[in-house]
Amino acid sequence: MKIRNRFRVCVTHFALAGLSVVFMFPLLWLISTALKRLEETTMHPIVWIPKHPQWHNFADAFTYGSAQLGYIPFLVYARNTLLLCILVVAGTVVSNSLVAYSFARLKWPGRDLMFAVTLSTLMVPFPVLMVPMFALFRDLHWIGTYRPLWVPAWFGSAFSIFLLRQFFRTIPFELSEAAKLDGCSEWGIYSRIVLPLSKPALAVVALFSFMATWNDFLGPLIYLIDQKTFTLSLGLQFYQSQHGGTQWHLLMAATTIVVAPVILLFFFAQKQFIQGIALTGLKG
Amino acid sequence: MKERRKGKIAGLLFACPWFVGLSLFMAYPVCASVYLSFCEYSVLKPPMWVGTENYRDLFHDELFWTTIKNTGLYAIVALPFGVLLGIFLAMMLNSKVRGLAFYRTIFFLPSLLPQVSLAVLWLWVFNGDDGVLNEFLRMLHITAPNWLSDPAWSKPALVLLSLWGVGNAVVIYLAGLQDVPVQLLEAAELDGASAWAKTRHVTLPMLSPVILFNVIMGIIGTLQVFTVPYIMFPGGSPARSTYFYTMYLFDNAFRYNKMGYAAAMGWIMFLAILVLTLFALKVSERHVYYGGEAK
Repeated sequence: MKIRNRFRVCVTHFALAGLSVVFMFPLLWLISTALKRLEETTMHPIVWIPKHPQWHNFADAFTYGSAQLGYIPFLVYARNTLLLCILVVAGTVVSNSLVAYSFARLKWPGRDLMFAVTLSTLMVPFPVLMVPMFALFRDLHWIGTYRPLWVPAWFGSAFSIFLLRQFFRTIPFELSEAAKLDGCSEWGIYSRIVLPLSKPALAVVALFSFMATWNDFLGPLIYLIDQKTFTLSLGLQFYQSQHGGTQWHLLMAATTIVVAPVILLFFFAQKQFIQGIALTGLKG
Repeated sequence: MKERRKGKIAGLLFACPWFVGLSLFMAYPVCASVYLSFCEYSVLKPPMWVGTENYRDLFHDELFWTTIKNTGLYAIVALPFGVLLGIFLAMMLNSKVRGLAFYRTIFFLPSLLPQVSLAVLWLWVFNGDDGVLNEFLRMLHITAPNWLSDPAWSKPALVLLSLWGVGNAVVIYLAGLQDVPVQLLEAAELDGASAWAKTRHVTLPMLSPVILFNVIMGIIGTLQVFTVPYIMFPGGSPARSTYFYTMYLFDNAFRYNKMGYAAAMGWIMFLAILVLTLFALKVSERHVYYGGEAK
């Protein structure tokens, strides 16, 4: 029995190690290529560790096109993306915490029906809304600006409302009652009791909306026109469509620039990621 | 009495951002989309009512059926493989080996990366002459396929790529596995159940609601696949073998300016998702176990 168990542990370890090597390969390949000289990218057999790591590839990817355009695209893309993320995350946290508070802890006629409607909107895929949304923003003269990408975030989203509502409901209602007896208003209960106690859930919502904005491609593709306003995702696609298949070392350096913040963020907020996904997956 | 009224007003005030958001960014587009799907609409000119023409045209549109076939084929292969690999990885991670956090990080990380960067990176991995994958295959003396230019290999390439992003599901499965009661497994072991029997008769039934959740999320996601093929295979190349439904919808809306046509495609997609989800729920009824629920 014991021997068989130990054998199983060994096999599991072996399989896990093997699979993690397979999973790591593309990322190692990415970093390795990003540090190569152009000639090294097409050498056989593969050069895994470049003789002279070309750290300036990152700088080159950053400044690519700056001579023709008069500004530095990847730096501009990064700034644009960051700005957009800040606006979206702020809007998501503010609006959804208000709405979720109402759904979780206040009573008003039609509330449960409204909540059911809210959940059912999760079923509607974005492609269904794509055409009328575009028409709406065009009528508002918002095409080519960031507004279509961040203004809706300030008016709630079904997913975040659901997530926060579930969390808010776990906070003891006696706290609200006690505060009310002491003359605290609903706003006071929301801002001074519920919000401070909900930091983990708010962090998850902020994190998810940040990731969604950072990774979004279809939205910027539809609404942005001028290259100066592009986000990193869109900028990377633009770069690839112009230089794919020729300058792999620079393209991989540019990809690393897009990917690195996500990886860094993951290492800082690993707990929130895992919790958030498990939370929405199991209680969903 | 006055207190209750004050509560109601506060409730409505707190919820009012969502009233605006729901009506402006959900209810209005949904209604407009239904209307536009019965119109000829090019953005430049006001919509013109054409009845069911868009839907009838779609029925005779060869490309429409091509994209449905491509999307369906991709989903039929990618979904089961994703579920199997996801459960397999989660079960290995759940077997109390050392270094769980390390392995979990490695499997989870790829699923977080932006789709655009995935597509660009894998263009290079799949590169016919200098890509790392074909270099390995050549080392093993396997004929290296042209992943990106052979219509027979373009879809398998996308399936491989989708498996790299299985980490999200792994985390959900893992959380589900950790909820499987230890007493049940111990009881089974006392009765002399083999490892396979325990998996088959205890773990998998307990995990079934989580599997169902992942399958439904998988259906919704796979039917909407867009970014990766859009970048890796411009125009659905080679030979339209990777032209997926959402790509054609996007092209109709923003390349050919056939907005009404695109809206009709959106609703057909919605119906497909609805039908498939209900189907999954129906089929699973007999197989999914919800703890504590009377049969």
